[in-house]
Amino acid sequence: MPTLLDYRRRIRSVKNTQQITRAMKFVAAAKLRRAQEGVFSARPYAKEILRVLHSAAARVESTVHPLLERRAVKRILVVVLTGDRSLCGAFNSNVIRRASHFLRDHRTENPQVLAIGKKGRGVLRREGWPLAGEYVNVSGNVDFAIAKEIAAKIAELYEKREIDAVYTVYNEFKNVLVQRLCTEKLLPIDPAILGERGSQEKAAPGAPADMLPRDLAPSGQSRLVEYLYEEPIGEIFSHLVPRYLQSEVFRILLESEAAEWAARMTAMDSATRNAAELIDKVTLEMNKTRQAAITKELIEIVGGAASATS
Amino acid sequence: MLPESIELQVVTPERHVLEETVLAIEIPGKEGYLGVLPGHAPLITELGVGILAYRTGSATRYLTIIEGYAEVLPDRVIVLAEISEKAEEIDVDRSRAAQDRAQRALAQHGPGTAEWQAERQAIERAMVRIAAASQAGMARAQTKEP
Repeated sequence: MPTLLDYRRRIRSVKNTQQITRAMKFVAAAKLRRAQEGVFSARPYAKEILRVLHSAAARVESTVHPLLERRAVKRILVVVLTGDRSLCGAFNSNVIRRASHFLRDHRTENPQVLAIGKKGRGVLRREGWPLAGEYVNVSGNVDFAIAKEIAAKIAELYEKREIDAVYTVYNEFKNVLVQRLCTEKLLPIDPAILGERGSQEKAAPGAPADMLPRDLAPSGQSRLVEYLYEEPIGEIFSHLVPRYLQSEVFRILLESEAAEWAARMTAMDSATRNAAELIDKVTLEMNKTRQAAITKELIEIVGGAASATS
Repeated sequence: MLPESIELQVVTPERHVLEETVLAIEIPGKEGYLGVLPGHAPLITELGVGILAYRTGSATRYLTIIEGYAEVLPDRVIVLAEISEKAEEIDVDRSRAAQDRAQRALAQHGPGTAEWQAERQAIERAMVRIAAASQAGMARAQTKEP
């Protein structure tokens, strides 16, 4: 039977924990707001670069570019995005589980891992997958420079033919409560993407590899317009393709960052609520014990008094 | 019918810098500056490192542009810059310090090495920022005079 003091200690300890989780929740909420702004302000650029890339693609003679080249898939690279720290619910373990399933399913294609985030790096290395590279402490300070660095690394491996396809596993930020786990193909760039973004998922299997859907221009206007070019269009096009990869990597980094903070916020919110429930429960038990003690004392007094008068 | 104004939009990967209706733009192309007035022929160009100037009514404003692309249409100009700041936002002292630092570092590397290139680009960026800020300052001073 715990004494009153034990209960009080218990309540104090839970309260302390609750204070920590509450603080972490507020921190996560603030970071989430910033990350969300990042996601939103990156969107216009991504949209415009896709449009310019598209209109350039429709006008070049041949859309040959090292990053568009398709070849027999013998080695693949899987880019796995996790956080660097835990206490964010199932965020990291979801990604890791999906990634390691994916790796096992593609075992015949000699997968290598590009780990972004400490959590994924640790687990996947322990599982014995070869690491092609690692980037840690990215989440929380995502900027375009780091996206460029990662994109350059991926492009280099691809152009040196050390890998034949690149996939990415990450959490997409849907809203504060929902993160969607995504597995996407990053390279070779799907020719359908150069046509229209909406057809990205559907168009892949049937589309002829190196031919672009020329009449899928996003708006009627830019389709009719003939552009003047300051530089040869082929040159512009071949510069635009890596930019597009950078902007995709940047988008994925931002999505994952926002999703991580959202997951952390939700996790800390429910931890705070669980602590409150626990405090209520322990308080109730404490009061019961206190009442029992008082009742016992009263009985003793009454009993004592009765025996004294008799 | 030629349009009378241009919708200028400047975006970088990290933010949406500007969206405004303007009368004339000067774009720092890779091969040199080009002026754009309403009704310009459609054009796509790569951008270098330089100052983008645009005119709205009587005021001229300046932005720094560090690499990217521009798409010009008769009534719309979209600038996709790697980095871009408004002249008002530039911290001149910081840019000066960056330039000095890069200049000193430059001396320590042999010409043509990767570090040397990086420092040279840093100097170029700092100089463009300082120039944009001082032009914006001059423009302000002129408009204040009667």
